[in-house]
Parts: sequence; C-alpha cells; structure tokens
Amino acid sequence: MNTYEAVRIVAAREIRVKLRDKAFLFGTLFFLLFAVAGTALPPLLAGGPSSVAVVGQAPAALTAAGLDVRPVADEAAARAQVRAGDVDAALLTDGTLVAMTDAPGDVENALSTRPTVELLDPSALDPVLSFLVPLFFAVVFFFTSLTFGLQIAQSVTEEKQTRVVEILVASVPVRVLLTGKVLAGAVLAMGQIALIAIVALAGMRIAGTGSELVSALTPAIGWFLPFFVVGFVMLAALWAAVGALVNRQEDINAASMPVQLAVMLPFFAVMMLGDNPTAMKVLSYVPFSSPSAMPVRLFHGDAAAWEPFAALGVLVVGAVVTLAVGARIYEGSLLRTNGRTSMAAAWRDREARRLAELDAQQV
Amino acid sequence: MTKVLRLDGVSRRFGDRQVLDEVSFDVAEGRMTGFVGANGAGKTTSMRIIMGVLAPDGGEVTWQGARLTRADRRRIGYMPEERGLYPKMSLRDQLDYLGRLHGLGRDAVRRNAEHLIEWLGLGERAGDPVENLSLGNQQRAQIAAALIHDPDILVLDEPFSGLDPIAVDTVVDVLRDRTRRGVPVLFSSHQLDVVERLCDDLVIIAGGRIRAAGSRASLRADHTLPRYALTVDGDAGWLRDEPGVRLIDLDGAHAVFDLAPDADDQRVLAAALARGPVRAFGPVTPSLAEIFREVAQ
Repeated sequence: MNTYEAVRIVAAREIRVKLRDKAFLFGTLFFLLFAVAGTALPPLLAGGPSSVAVVGQAPAALTAAGLDVRPVADEAAARAQVRAGDVDAALLTDGTLVAMTDAPGDVENALSTRPTVELLDPSALDPVLSFLVPLFFAVVFFFTSLTFGLQIAQSVTEEKQTRVVEILVASVPVRVLLTGKVLAGAVLAMGQIALIAIVALAGMRIAGTGSELVSALTPAIGWFLPFFVVGFVMLAALWAAVGALVNRQEDINAASMPVQLAVMLPFFAVMMLGDNPTAMKVLSYVPFSSPSAMPVRLFHGDAAAWEPFAALGVLVVGAVVTLAVGARIYEGSLLRTNGRTSMAAAWRDREARRLAELDAQQV
Repeated sequence: MTKVLRLDGVSRRFGDRQVLDEVSFDVAEGRMTGFVGANGAGKTTSMRIIMGVLAPDGGEVTWQGARLTRADRRRIGYMPEERGLYPKMSLRDQLDYLGRLHGLGRDAVRRNAEHLIEWLGLGERAGDPVENLSLGNQQRAQIAAALIHDPDILVLDEPFSGLDPIAVDTVVDVLRDRTRRGVPVLFSSHQLDVVERLCDDLVIIAGGRIRAAGSRASLRADHTLPRYALTVDGDAGWLRDEPGVRLIDLDGAHAVFDLAPDADDQRVLAAALARGPVRAFGPVTPSLAEIFREVAQ
C-alpha cells in the first residue's frame, strides 16, 4: 500500500462518517434552503403586477407596463373599489392616483416621465450589493473554516481519546493521517459551497435576476475558489494540531482559542473595514483575511490585474509555513496521552522524528 | 529463521525517569507469552515501542532476525491499553477501515470480517454503532479489530481486563487458534490467574527491568523451593524435632516445611509413616503470584 492509497482510505472514512452525520446533513440542508430563500423567493413573494381601476380612457403607458387595468364608470366606483381592496389603485380623470396607504411603485413608474440616465462610471454598483457581496464572501469563509475546522479537531481528538490512533500509526505514518483529514475537510467544504453556489445561481435564474450582477460576480467568485481552498487547508492544519493537543472533546474549545481568533478577527476586520480602501488593501494580502478580502476588492474593481496573483502567492507561502507548523505540533502531541499537551511541549517533542529516522535507517 | 519477535536491550527514559532499562526477551513462534508486571513497570511502554508508537533510546526490536520495519508492523495485530474504537461507527465499518489501512483488499477484508464477527458471536450487533454495544461486546469487537488483517504477530495490552469468564474463554479460543498456526502472541495482564492458565512463556518486568523470562514450566522449576506439605491423622508437631526440617506452618495434622539441601524427603515420609497413616505428602509448587512476588521485589 503506497502513501497515496493510505491517504485516500483515511480521507474516504472521514467523508463517509460526515455524510452519515445528521447534524452535517441538516446544516447543509439549512444552507440550501437559505440560498433558495435568498435568491428565488423575494421576487416571487412580491406578487404579480398591480391592478388599477381607470375612469375613462386608460393611458397606453399602463397597459404597456403590463398592469392589470380595469375600466370603471366613475370616480365614486373607483374609490369604492380601492377601499374594498379589489384594486391596488385608481386613476381619476384629472390624473390623480388614488391608493389606500401608499401608491404601488409599478403604477407610479408607468405614469411618470423619467429622465434619460447617462452613467459616467457604469461599474459603480448598487449600494445594497456593495454591502451584501463582501458579507457573502466573509461569511462563507468564516462559517466553513470554523465548522469544518472544528470537525477536523474533533475527529483528531476522538482518535486520540479512544486510542484508535495507536492502531492507526502502527500501520500508517502520522502525516498520512493528517493529510487525509485535511483533504477530507477540504473536499467536503468545497462540495458544500459548490452545492450552495449552484442552488443560488439556479435560484437567481428562476427569479430572473439581472445578468449584469451575475457577470459582475463571476471574476470575484472565480478568484474566491483558489483563495478559499488554500486558506481552508492552511487553517485545517492548525485545527488538526489543536485537536491533537487535547485528550477529551471538552477541552477542544479552550485549546483551539488561538485558531478561533485567527478565523474570527479577519472576519470582523473585513466586515468593519470594508469601505476603507487602505485597510482592505492590507487585508487582501494578509494570509488569514485575503480569502475574503481579495474577492471583495476584485468585485469592486479596486484591485489591479496582478494583485490577486501576488496575494495568492503570499497565501500559498503562508499555508506552507502553517502546514509545517501544524504538522509538527500534530506529530508532537498526537501520541502524548497524559493530559493536555502545551504547544511548546508539542513543538519540542522529538518522538515522531526519531521514529522517522529509525524507519529511514532500514531502507 | 524461526518466527521470533525479539526485544534486544531496549531502553527508554521519559525525562529523568528510566522507564525501560535494557529490556530483552523473546516472543516465540506459536507461543502465548504472558507479560506480567505491576502498574508502571514498563509493559505498555515496551508494547508501544514494539508498535513503533514510541522510539527506543537504545536497543532494537527484531522480527525473524532483522530489525522490525513499518511493513512488518502492518502485519502485527495490536490492541492498545484503555482501548476503544470509533464510538459512532459500526463494527463492520471499522473492520473494513482498519483492514484496508493494514493493506488488505476489499474482498479479503469482508471475508475476514464476517468470519470474525460470527466467531465472536457479534453477528446481530455488527451494524450498530460500537458505543451501543455492551462492554463485553465492545471488548470482543476490539479483538476482532486486532485480528482483521490476519496478523503474523499479536501484541495485546491487557486483552482480558474487564472480560467476563465466558468472554475470556472465547478470546482464549481465538488466540489459541492463532498460536496453532504459528503466530507468536504477546499479551500483558495483571490477572495472574489468567496468565497462569494461558501462557506458555512468561516475562516478568519490574521497575523497567526484566526480572525473569522463560517457559512457565522452567520458571516454576527454578523457583520451586525444597518445600513440602504433609497431612497425617494425628498431630504433626514432631516435625519440629526432625533434623533438616524447618517448619513453615503447622496446623494440627497439616504441616508445611522446608528441607535443608542435604536432607532427604523420603526419610521424612518414612518417619511419618512410622507414626501412623499419611493422608497426603508432596512438594509444594509455587503459584505464579508467589513467583511474581518473589522476583518482582
């Protein structure tokens, strides 16, 4: 059995266990419903075109706007129908629009003459979207790296707590276990996000959301994927390391505090400093925040073409360093069974290296 | 080369505590070797070094004369101390996982798993999460996990602790089946009566040093004192004045005594018969517990 095969077997178990886990399945289902609700429902809930009672000749603009036009005999009848709720509004002969609490927007729009608009900076985006899109990237990265990361830590601790790990390391090297777990987490996280993205895009299509938005989002999402994968793997190695430090599930929370901060602080920074270009520029290069900050800058068109490459390069270097640190702590603590291991003790532990040296001598 | 698992001068310290000091012993082909010692004597550390979970500071572990490699270790069936399996996985899934990690193909794993599940009487529970099994069944599940890849060597840390007598018999049957096929079995235990009943060879460890090692019979012979027990009809108090006899215990008609090296047991028997009927007379063989107490001091 070669290393690749061993990693695959380890990762396959992690994935199989997760796919049978009710909490994971319900969580995914919840996200999917949320995606459907967020994209497809609002236009559907808004209902069809408004109905309007018209006294006399109906202006062509109303029918052209696709409104439900109902001719009525006189002003009194028109007012009565509005009051009874049979129509949303009534148009009188003098041009007055009668409605109950406020005038339906589509009727008002159809009747008003609007100036011709010429935008000098057509990329300037809807302020609502400018708020929602950064939120989306930050939340997706935050939640997936937190929930999947925590699950990686729990799975490591479970093996340590039950001593299954001793059986495992007797047959496969410690790094194979670590690789398998991180890989399984990345596959599951990517799968979940892809599923949500597909459902959200399908929802937008059903709801007929404008293609301008979809095309504005494409480069941001396209870059988000590599940033997400590298950022996720970087954090996953740290989660596995803190999982190996403790012997009991109850201790994971306390031991993982540094990693939790490494996930949360960048999240809040991106959320709060979103409209500060200098801060965002810095955040888009810092490894822990670049997976959410760089796609936001790309979405706003603030980043030069070379910048995502540079930031991704920085992130890859950060991930390599973090993987090395995480792997060393994981190896240094996984087989220490007496209580909680401190990071420093795990860092200094030489057991894994000595075993590897013994293995190497034989070849 | 015979199939011998050998520890050769293995030492290990944790901080400034010497946990193993030049530990050497053999686990021979087709033999059940009992590994006995008090808590903290070094049993688990020795086993973890065999399994490559810990590195020795000095010495080595060999298999058939060559240093034990990772590939060899994959052929060991191991049961760690304070064991457990994945609590939420079914026994069948765990056996599949562990078998495959040990390098077996899917079909071979399935065949071995069904065989073990049936043999250990776990058929109805094999699909349930292991955490829902009774304690005894969890132990049996653990045995199945150690045997799933048809190991060439078995290393079992306290395989009998917490087992009811019926489960002990089941496990013994399974292990005997392996030794018949030539598999060397090393098992630790603090239940000396179980070890006494099961083991062919015995290794006694105390304070990180091997105090005694060898076949059960030879150990017993080595530690048998010139001690005798005598039961007569009357009072055995006359033994006190018999030359070469040192009385250990006297209870009316029953006496236990040691003989001086030059004294003759048959002469004492003749003396007893001269005084009346003798109901029992013979050498006293020490129990394993007594040998252990003697050598482990």
